[in-house]
Amino acid sequence: MTTAPVILDRAAIDAMIGVIEGRGHRVVGPVVRSGAVVLGDLSSTADLPVGISDEQTPGRYRLTARDDEALFGYVVGPSSAKPFLHATGVPVWQGERTADGSFATRKPEAPTPVAFIGIRPCDLAAIGIQDKVFLNGYRDGVYGDRREGVFSVVVNCVEPGGTCFCTSMGTGPRASKGYDIAVTEVIDDEEHWFLAEPGSDAGQEVLAQLGAAPASDDERVRVENLLVDAADRMGRGLDTEGLPEAIKASMESPRWDEIAKRCMACANCTLVCPTCFCATVEDETDLAGLEAQRVRRWDSCFNEEFSYIHGGSLRPSTYARYRQWLTHKLSTWVDQFGEMGCVGCGRCITWCPVGIDITVEAAALAAAAKEATHV
Amino acid sequence: MSETPIDLRSHPFVIDLSESAQERLSECAVGTVHWEPGTKIFREGGVSENCYLIMCGIVAVEAHSPGRDAKVLQTLGQGDVLGWSWLFPPYRWTFDAHVRAETEAVQLDGVKLREYMDTDRELGYEVLFQFSRLVVRRLNATRLQLLDLYADHS
Amino acid sequence: MQTIPESTQIDPMAPVPCKVTAQWDVTEDTFGLRLAAPAGYSFQPGQFNMLYQFGVGEVAISISGDPAYPESLVHTIRGVGAVTKSLRNLRAGDVVGMRGPFGNSWPVEQAVGHDVVLVAGGIGLAPLRPALLHVLNNRNDYGRVVLLYGTRTPRDILFQQELQEWRGRFDMDVLVAVDAAGRDWHGSVGVVTKLIGRAPFDPHNAVAMVCGPEIMMRFTGRELVTRGIQPSMVYLSMERNMKCAVGFCGHCQFGSAFVCKNGPVFTYDDIGDLLDIREV
Repeated sequence: MTTAPVILDRAAIDAMIGVIEGRGHRVVGPVVRSGAVVLGDLSSTADLPVGISDEQTPGRYRLTARDDEALFGYVVGPSSAKPFLHATGVPVWQGERTADGSFATRKPEAPTPVAFIGIRPCDLAAIGIQDKVFLNGYRDGVYGDRREGVFSVVVNCVEPGGTCFCTSMGTGPRASKGYDIAVTEVIDDEEHWFLAEPGSDAGQEVLAQLGAAPASDDERVRVENLLVDAADRMGRGLDTEGLPEAIKASMESPRWDEIAKRCMACANCTLVCPTCFCATVEDETDLAGLEAQRVRRWDSCFNEEFSYIHGGSLRPSTYARYRQWLTHKLSTWVDQFGEMGCVGCGRCITWCPVGIDITVEAAALAAAAKEATHV
Repeated sequence: MSETPIDLRSHPFVIDLSESAQERLSECAVGTVHWEPGTKIFREGGVSENCYLIMCGIVAVEAHSPGRDAKVLQTLGQGDVLGWSWLFPPYRWTFDAHVRAETEAVQLDGVKLREYMDTDRELGYEVLFQFSRLVVRRLNATRLQLLDLYADHS
Repeated sequence: MQTIPESTQIDPMAPVPCKVTAQWDVTEDTFGLRLAAPAGYSFQPGQFNMLYQFGVGEVAISISGDPAYPESLVHTIRGVGAVTKSLRNLRAGDVVGMRGPFGNSWPVEQAVGHDVVLVAGGIGLAPLRPALLHVLNNRNDYGRVVLLYGTRTPRDILFQQELQEWRGRFDMDVLVAVDAAGRDWHGSVGVVTKLIGRAPFDPHNAVAMVCGPEIMMRFTGRELVTRGIQPSMVYLSMERNMKCAVGFCGHCQFGSAFVCKNGPVFTYDDIGDLLDIREV
């Protein structure tokens, strides 16, 4: 496999979409819906949010107009790859009563494999995190069936978003692995081009069909500088050194109560989070009781009934639910899967209706824990 | 009551006491009592003059109310102490004690022990401390019982 | 994309139809359900199954049968929720969905050569029964065997006949206490924790296995440690909301553990501190 980068223009990106579609994929990429950039079906670059940017601060998200025709001049909106791979509202299995009074189950048909165009490095990393949840040991059918045919064209971030902190989490602004093709967009008054590198044989095959010219050293250096510069301009950070232990030592911290005064337990953060995987199942049946299916839906540790056992909920208080969420993300996830369950995409900060900032809360907890051990 | 020498020291209540306190307690030991099932050891309201260190068996502490079956509050067995009403005025039993299974206990003269405790404050502290520990344990057990742990709480 | 982790290809989520071979009342609210296990099925004491009532729902139920006879798959179920009440209506010949077994097990292997102390509260006796049966099946491998069982009233005592038999054995001790009883009860009245002090075992060479409501296990764990058992030798079986049983759904998390796959059995050493944290 050659990994030599090539240079594409917008027409070549369109050609690439066609080639990928021709390989049997449902092509999905960023589109504007209801005032936000989300992932949706894509047939050409015309469907992309061309010339659009976004402003993100804690609790706030707005689309703005750019003064150029950039295809990827925005960062992540509320949706990630999660709705496509860890799908919600889909049957885990379906079954019917049989004549002998028993029943039989069948596996739902696997959908057309998705190709993500313009997925961001943080979201690519999130797929890797969910792989460990759903495909390590037992295989989750819903996820596995969708995950296994995925093709991804990651777009590296040359402009960090307002709530991003991927450099702290080691997931961006440049994708390091897990993609088929990595693209970096370069645009200014004079030029507009994309540097594309294959990350897999499939990616190489696709690029080979585009007849693109290899990138020059100058072009490679320019992209390199843009990405280094993007990392430097990241406005938010999370010091992960010793953080899992510090949070474990903070279980009785008064900070949780303080957060609970603001937290509405609305579950927005878990819904927009690309790694949050908690789900519930609903058993459904037809009126005659002959057909049944088990449907999986996203759930959230912020819901009171999430921890229900016979007799009542184990986490009736908001503080306990926020604590469960943050502790899981930044501490116990490491025990479970060897890494944090956070990629630094900043969605939970942007989409929190009251603007609770995980980086601020984690830092405050860590500082208090550190102080406590030094007394 | 038997004439055999009484050895209190194996009883958990006595083990933790000082040598001198153990001696004074031995002086208060009246003898070993054997009770058959069904025996009423004492009744609520009766004068309380004795304390029993249970060596084996089962004794039920019961509350009765008119027109209803007696309610067993708890049972005591090997290593338990039955009765502390002799220690506090008005020196009357608060509940009934009823033998459920053949029981052997060492009977202590509560009046004598009380006098010893009054005159020898060090002994008084030591014995009272042991009783307080007992009461705390009994209270905590009762609190757990109150929680009705195994009920259907739905 | 390239690197997708290895995983087994069996679908852990699909229930397998199993014939009910018997259903019987154990107490007023608790019943037994015996299934013909699928070919090749085996389980370890302390593991659980997910039982599925077609179209109604699914529930996690510990296995209470003899691990030496896994084909005769016994569950002891308290009928208190929609699914368990529906399971109660099953009769021999009916079909129920089953997937399992899931979870880890009681330390019956590690306990070889030790005294074994089983402390059960309420329905918690059901998951301990396979451990006790295993120990009794291999009686010479163990030291003293003690069962301490606390329940609500004499009417709520599970496995009455078997308890009589166990009580009659010369190679084990059975102490039972109920929270409330009338005069017709001739046994102990009080909480199960108070049985610990007088139970005949050597705390320095004992393994304890505890199952009951969480608060009962908290107090029992403390009492066993006070009696002198090492916290690492005290095992508790935790109850949490279990939906998927394989660590996918996240509901049963308890600290770093998924109770369904890392538990349900944990040592007091590992979780004693967590038990003291509210709403964890």
